[in-house]
Amino acid sequence: MSVQAGRTQRGKAVASKVGWSALAWLVAIVFFFPVLWMALEGLKTEVQAASIPPTILFTPTLSAIQEVLSRDFPPYLINSATATLGSTLLVLVLGLPAAYALSIRPVKRTRDVLFFLISTRFLPFAASLVPLYILARNLHLLDNIMALVIIYTTINLPLGIWLLRSFMLELPHELVEAARVDGASMRHELTRIVIPLITPGIAATSLICLIFSWNEFFYAVNFTSSIAATSPIFLVGFISGRGLFYAKLAAAATLASLPVLLAGWIAQKQLIRGLTMGAVK
Amino acid sequence: MLPALIYVILVTQLPFVLTIFYSVQSWNLLSLAPARFIGLQNYLDILNDPSIRIAIWNTIVLTICAVAISVALGVAIAVLLNREIFGKGILRTLMIGPFLVMPTAAALMWKDTLLNPLTGFVNYLLTPIGLGTFDFINRFPMASIVAIEVWRWTPFMMLIVLAGLQSQNQEVLEAAEVDGARPLQMFRYITLPAIRPFIELGALLGSLFIVQSFDTIFMTTQGGPGEATTNLPFKLYLEAFQAFDIGRASAIGVLAVILTMIVATFALRTLFTIFQVEARR
Repeated sequence: MSVQAGRTQRGKAVASKVGWSALAWLVAIVFFFPVLWMALEGLKTEVQAASIPPTILFTPTLSAIQEVLSRDFPPYLINSATATLGSTLLVLVLGLPAAYALSIRPVKRTRDVLFFLISTRFLPFAASLVPLYILARNLHLLDNIMALVIIYTTINLPLGIWLLRSFMLELPHELVEAARVDGASMRHELTRIVIPLITPGIAATSLICLIFSWNEFFYAVNFTSSIAATSPIFLVGFISGRGLFYAKLAAAATLASLPVLLAGWIAQKQLIRGLTMGAVK
Repeated sequence: MLPALIYVILVTQLPFVLTIFYSVQSWNLLSLAPARFIGLQNYLDILNDPSIRIAIWNTIVLTICAVAISVALGVAIAVLLNREIFGKGILRTLMIGPFLVMPTAAALMWKDTLLNPLTGFVNYLLTPIGLGTFDFINRFPMASIVAIEVWRWTPFMMLIVLAGLQSQNQEVLEAAEVDGARPLQMFRYITLPAIRPFIELGALLGSLFIVQSFDTIFMTTQGGPGEATTNLPFKLYLEAFQAFDIGRASAIGVLAVILTMIVATFALRTLFTIFQVEARR
């Protein structure tokens, strides 16, 4: 091959890389634009946020963010945090021993138990909604954050067990064997050997719990009204607020979305594994 | 394991039994009349109710359209991001934004600041072709909901398919290239079969989530105009929490479970096959 031909071929490869990159960036920007627009609208004044045509160049202001934070938004955020942290903790406390019993020391009928667990995750909420509501009403748990903690634990526990199990299955068998020979009890084996080794699994599980609990809306809107209302419920207040509140709406939407966005971006590797319950690594 | 199993049974299975029990009673929380046994009357009522049929139909349309389009787009974008391009990491980070944003927040942003006939940014972009004041959500409600769901779920599909593409055997691809296979042939006969389980997994998980979608509909159309975007979850919400008709809502719940079970049995079987393939590797 002559030097010239080599050069044109390399030139072609570079051109194709530039072309495909441009297309990929265009697609990514189209998909990301609504997220960006939400953040931008939240940094505008109300007049700029509702202007025709849309304001594109502007000096950012934190006034909308300050306003939603100084008014009544923080209690909603605190409720979201309580429901999320409480249920994540419960998922780990219940899920770690269960995953252990389904992987390292497999009980009988492991496959049936796994199948049953995951089927409960995909049972529509219609199946248990009405009785749970009646029960919560009778136990005075309506508008009580405990009701959401209990429900979010149920939503996330099956995923959590599957996910934690997939990490436990990857542990080198010899390691657990050695501990067993040394006479470690099951509890000791789980807390001292298994748990420290599957911290990425615990991180992935926590991330999935965070995404599904923090963003959950259906139970939140039906089981809470004011005291225990979580951040998506705060946004409901903007449904009919036409016209004058776009900056505040966008500021609240951005603040409400931020925890999951940041966690998901930081833990991208855990994200995909978590969403597929450990099936895709 | 036992505590986790008991927990799941208590919060999901027991309520379902109660749902069946309530579904054969006439019981409205708004009326003072006590609950009484009426046999299958609730079922006969809902099966003869045209609005239930509309809700079932809307659920099917929304799920099939949103899943099919997001899978197709997800595969295309995953293939694009798997090429030699500039800034892969950043592109992937931007792409998963829509999936992580709180669905209620995103729905409101779409309604108020993107597809708003007065101030929406999409409307602004479409002004040159005469759609500057076109009310997308009112004129094409179902298509708008599908579009928002596609925007949210395409990144999810893309992540799963991208993981599949990256686990592909590079040597096979290189060998095919040496043998003179054309890019399209390679995709059709080598890549596609290799990523098929990943596409199936994405489609199955996606449909199990989208079949339950509620947040976007609640925030943008409230099931309307008329009943154009009322799906089964939204119908259930109306019966249970607007009409407080416990018996009827429970009957809808049982119906939703039966419909989901038909899909889920098939889905879970496929899921297990995928896990077994994964385990054999």
